[in-house]
Amino acid sequence: MTPHLKHRRQFILGSAAAIAGASIPGLGRAQNTAVKLGVVHPMTGPVAYNGQHCRIGTLTAIEDLNARGGIKSLGGIPFQAVTGDSQGRVEVGVSEVERMHNLGVHAYVGCYNSPVTIAATQAASRYGTPFVVDVGASDLIVSRKLENVFRFSPGFGKCVDDGLLALTEINKKANGVAKTVVLVHESGELGTGTIRLLQDKLPRLGFTVLDTIAHDTPTRSFDNVALRIRGMKPDIVMHTGYVNEYMLLARTLQRYKVPAVRYSILGAGFGVKFAKESPDAAAYAMDFNHWYNPLDSRAVDLKKRIESKGFDYVFEVYCAYNAVMLLADAIERSGSLAADKIIQSLSASTWDKHFMPYGPTRFVNGQNEGAAGCGLQVINDEINVVFPDKFAQAAAVFPRPAS
Amino acid sequence: MDFILTAIVNGLLSGAVYVLVAIGLTLIYGVLHIINFAHGSLLMLAMYASFFLWRDLHVDPYLALPVVTVGAFLAGYVLYRAVIGRFSAGKDENILLITLGLSIIAENAALFFFASDTRTVATAYSDAMLEVGPVLLSFPKVVSFFGALVLCMILGLFMRYSDTGRAIRAVAKERLGARLSGIDVDFMYAVSYGIGIACLGAAACLLMPSFYVSPSVGNSFVLVAFTTVVLGGMGSFAGALAGGMLIGVAESVSSAFFGEQLGQIAIPMLFILVLLFRPTGIFRGTQ
Repeated sequence: MTPHLKHRRQFILGSAAAIAGASIPGLGRAQNTAVKLGVVHPMTGPVAYNGQHCRIGTLTAIEDLNARGGIKSLGGIPFQAVTGDSQGRVEVGVSEVERMHNLGVHAYVGCYNSPVTIAATQAASRYGTPFVVDVGASDLIVSRKLENVFRFSPGFGKCVDDGLLALTEINKKANGVAKTVVLVHESGELGTGTIRLLQDKLPRLGFTVLDTIAHDTPTRSFDNVALRIRGMKPDIVMHTGYVNEYMLLARTLQRYKVPAVRYSILGAGFGVKFAKESPDAAAYAMDFNHWYNPLDSRAVDLKKRIESKGFDYVFEVYCAYNAVMLLADAIERSGSLAADKIIQSLSASTWDKHFMPYGPTRFVNGQNEGAAGCGLQVINDEINVVFPDKFAQAAAVFPRPAS
Repeated sequence: MDFILTAIVNGLLSGAVYVLVAIGLTLIYGVLHIINFAHGSLLMLAMYASFFLWRDLHVDPYLALPVVTVGAFLAGYVLYRAVIGRFSAGKDENILLITLGLSIIAENAALFFFASDTRTVATAYSDAMLEVGPVLLSFPKVVSFFGALVLCMILGLFMRYSDTGRAIRAVAKERLGARLSGIDVDFMYAVSYGIGIACLGAAACLLMPSFYVSPSVGNSFVLVAFTTVVLGGMGSFAGALAGGMLIGVAESVSSAFFGEQLGQIAIPMLFILVLLFRPTGIFRGTQ
């Protein structure tokens, strides 16, 4: 058995043990011996890859916090994970929140899928329990005036604004060669939310949207989509979707020799694995997404630790890791496990001990206004930050060189 | 015009793989009279087998086809003998539950052992295209089209002319009569199930160069396979062949005209129309 597999199995077995432990009657009623953190992510189902990486980020943060002596202002009590599997389904996510409430969790972290996050945060708001959203792109998550909800990472709106700014700046440096765009998106909340914003904003930035193509998840073939795009000869193809479809579309576009720049905003399939496993399709692909500060040694150290456990160092990991650290900082400052105190502390948070390309946290209606994504590009099979210049590792290669 | 022609040809290419997935399902239904809910999950496992052979032993998916197909046959045979046949006690509802349970176990075991990553096979020909007149065709899809047709033909000849094939057909038509004439019915059940799963093994190897594998990948094909089988007529080989092609073309052409999202309604629409006007399927009752 490879160490990679062994670690993955240990992780899954550990998670099962955590769930089993949390299910023991009476355990949930023990007061203030630990900060009980409800961890809700999709561990099975179509987005299990993402959910499992969210969980490993969360559990690693808890491991680090406990190794540092827990919450000092509360006498060093440790964090205890109460884990749950949303299966990527709204009703399951809500039932997990309810189950965890009965087990006495003090706060929640989750949930990756936007629809599940929207429903789960709503469920938690009934009890006034703080909910820190690690990853969840829809802006609906933070636009319902729920006082218990705090999103650490940037959402649709911010990513679209910054992603378009990055594209415009990069295009400007290339003498404005790119003028036309075809939009491809998955038909769920993630895709439609992002595309609506893009359709509105791209023309104002001088780009012409030639077509908008929606697709289901899962999709078995993108041949017709690639053919349509090939016929339209756009300068840029922008895709928003989940991992499998992102990869399938990229490979199909490559097969049909579509020369356009592949640019995505919150492209879930864009990542290290994509760059390594499909080097031709991934070459010079660009994405604006969550990313760590590559110049921060703590981010690089965590990368090594996560990879040594057999996981990929994807944004789900470090967003979840930092979200838990943010929550820990708020509890530390509040010196209390009372929900209203934690919420007050989170609302006033100016935490800057993260290793993201963000400023200090500043919450407005639950959204961390200090959060921002990065412009990324696959160059020589490696992902490089190309925007903003402050964190850039390489200059963007734009437009895409002919293969 | 070229665009429509390409969409039709692409539909036929996709349809051939649907046929291969569905033909196993229809064979299992035709002989055992059970709906194999584990079909999608077993396809997923076969795709993983093809992937690991490529990644760890550098065996090209097309070269791995005989190995994976034979392995899938043996796995199907053993699965029927050791689990499905043994625990079903001859009751259809038990078989449904067992295959459903197997599907859940297979999917979760894949999550546990292989993780939820999306895996792809990158071969020298994965991105190759063929230009046939005005039509642009993906090379791996062309290979899978002809591969599927050849395999269907071999299976058809086997069923028609071999002793085992004749015995399987006899069991499918008249179980008691077959038993009375000396055919080992349980053995034929296991062989039929094995052949059904072997089709998945072949489909997996033909799919991998242009598709991906993840623990949930079976869901992408299982619904379309069930639709194909019902459309063609449960248990009909010719029906599965025509149904798969029809679905491939309907899906592709409607996607080309109405977009990927709206185009997906072609399959359920076709399904409803067949159920309304020919509830036994296109070919059932005509053969």
